[in-house]
Amino acid sequence: MSAVPVTAPIVRRRLPASVRRKRFLLAVANHSFLIAAAIAFIAPFIFITLTALMTNEQALSARFWPHPFAWHNFVDVFRTAPLGRWTFNTLEYSVLGTLGLLLSSIPVAYALARLRFRGRNVMFMIVLVALMLPPQVSVVPLYVMWAKLHLVGTLWPVIIPNWFGDAFSIFLLRQFFLTIPEEYLDAARVDGLGELRVLSTVVVRLAKPAIAAVALFSFLYTFNDFFLPLLYTGENPHHWPLQIGLSQFRSLHQVQWNLTMAATLLVMAPVIVIFFLAQKAFVEGVTLTGVKG
Amino acid sequence: MLLLLAPWLVGFSVFFGYPIVMAVYLSLNHYDLLSPPRWVGLANYRYLFTIDPQVGTAVKNTLWLVAVLVPAQVLFALGIAMMLARARRGVGIFRTIFYLPALAPPVAATLGFVYILNPATGPVNSALGRLGIGEPLWFQDPSWAKPSLVILGLWGVGNTMVIFLAAVLDVPRHLYESAEIDGANAWQRLRWVTLPSISPVILFAVVLGVIQALQYFTQAYVAANIASGQASQAADVTAASLGYPQDSTLFYPVLLYQHGFSDYQMGYASALSVVLLVVSFVVTLVIVVNSRRWVHQAGAVR
Repeated sequence: MSAVPVTAPIVRRRLPASVRRKRFLLAVANHSFLIAAAIAFIAPFIFITLTALMTNEQALSARFWPHPFAWHNFVDVFRTAPLGRWTFNTLEYSVLGTLGLLLSSIPVAYALARLRFRGRNVMFMIVLVALMLPPQVSVVPLYVMWAKLHLVGTLWPVIIPNWFGDAFSIFLLRQFFLTIPEEYLDAARVDGLGELRVLSTVVVRLAKPAIAAVALFSFLYTFNDFFLPLLYTGENPHHWPLQIGLSQFRSLHQVQWNLTMAATLLVMAPVIVIFFLAQKAFVEGVTLTGVKG
Repeated sequence: MLLLLAPWLVGFSVFFGYPIVMAVYLSLNHYDLLSPPRWVGLANYRYLFTIDPQVGTAVKNTLWLVAVLVPAQVLFALGIAMMLARARRGVGIFRTIFYLPALAPPVAATLGFVYILNPATGPVNSALGRLGIGEPLWFQDPSWAKPSLVILGLWGVGNTMVIFLAAVLDVPRHLYESAEIDGANAWQRLRWVTLPSISPVILFAVVLGVIQALQYFTQAYVAANIASGQASQAADVTAASLGYPQDSTLFYPVLLYQHGFSDYQMGYASALSVVLLVVSFVVTLVIVVNSRRWVHQAGAVR
């Protein structure tokens, strides 16, 4: 970084006025487009928020600005629906799922990235295939299986599989583990550490950003997950996570758009707060999946 | 060694290998979860391919997603990424704004759009009405329901956009400079420098988009459920509202859900899932194999 490249300073000729004007206009056009697009992207959030603050009567009209601001809507939502119960269920899924996913996926990713053994490449191919297949493909027999175990109606059918390794996380962690210099690992091995210790001390410490990204993605995935929780808990409202509850909120409780939007906003909020707290890990994680994929 | 892999080997067999084999077996049976499976041979497939009128609708709707939603999302994300790459200031703020909607939980985002586009009190139609332009019925109109889902999909395009932006910014400057010296105009620079350089990332986005189109469920389910405005328990609602309006949002996974988990026809649902398995596998394979023709591999001799 500190080394200054030894090159001749670039002498730029002054561009002709017509070219400069054209470039300036292009830049203005570019920025105008971006600003217009940005407004369009923010608008839905604003409409949702404004409606969430309307009174019942106002929500029935086509008025745009809340008058008066009905802040109590956010309290009423909790009175109308068991939002606390749904949040608890979501957290149960998120926390137990993410914990199991990390504990089971890190060792597999390490083995696929760093250890040599027969069938390693075949196994990695299988991980990639598992990544590409729609969940709908395996869902019928799995449902039958969980039904026989009497676990349909609970969240266990979506939590337990996380404890046995997740293809996407294995893939992402493997990509990161490949970038760790072999010398670091050898140094630890020379010190007499077994592979398990090398992994739990050296690798895990070096891979903190990647592990944070995987944990973040897993939290988001479980928080947003809909299809499988709907299958397994759809008929047992006591075990509904937030997303199922939210999807049934309006029809079940016969409420107006204002309360529905208040609930919608409450469900969006945690994700957006987490994003601003962990923005760097997010963007790094997203880029890691794309560029190295 | 084996210790490290053991959990995944078990998990893979139980949650991946077993269900696929079992799905093939169940697809050859009549099974309603209550009485034991009854062997019916290829009857489920015969019904699927020749009789069931809904399969044709579901396949058409899903193909529509592949043909319209996926290219629209890729082009839109690419366009925004290119404009962002050229912007001189505010890149960070713009990137955050464009990325944020991608984070919104799909259920919440769909609810928001069904409200914003609702014909009675929604802000979009109020504005259109004031301007005197036609007011579509959006999620209530069979010919507008899928385009409405596309608008929702474009709003959540942030992930792809961030990946494209990183790729566009990664294109070596000297390539543009030598192109300029050769007298290439803006379009030629885009066509012969930018696009080839980022083609692997475009391939990634297309493959991911197609895979997601094949499993498109949440938005369709929620939009149909809310727009149809049925009021009853979750399990009952689905049967009445799936595909609303008039099967225009009956995508293949929705059909599978309906047969398997609303009507409990496990055998027939298995047949549907086996067909989906074969199709997703073939589609992914075709895209990846064909991509050799247009994806530029750095350092590859061609």
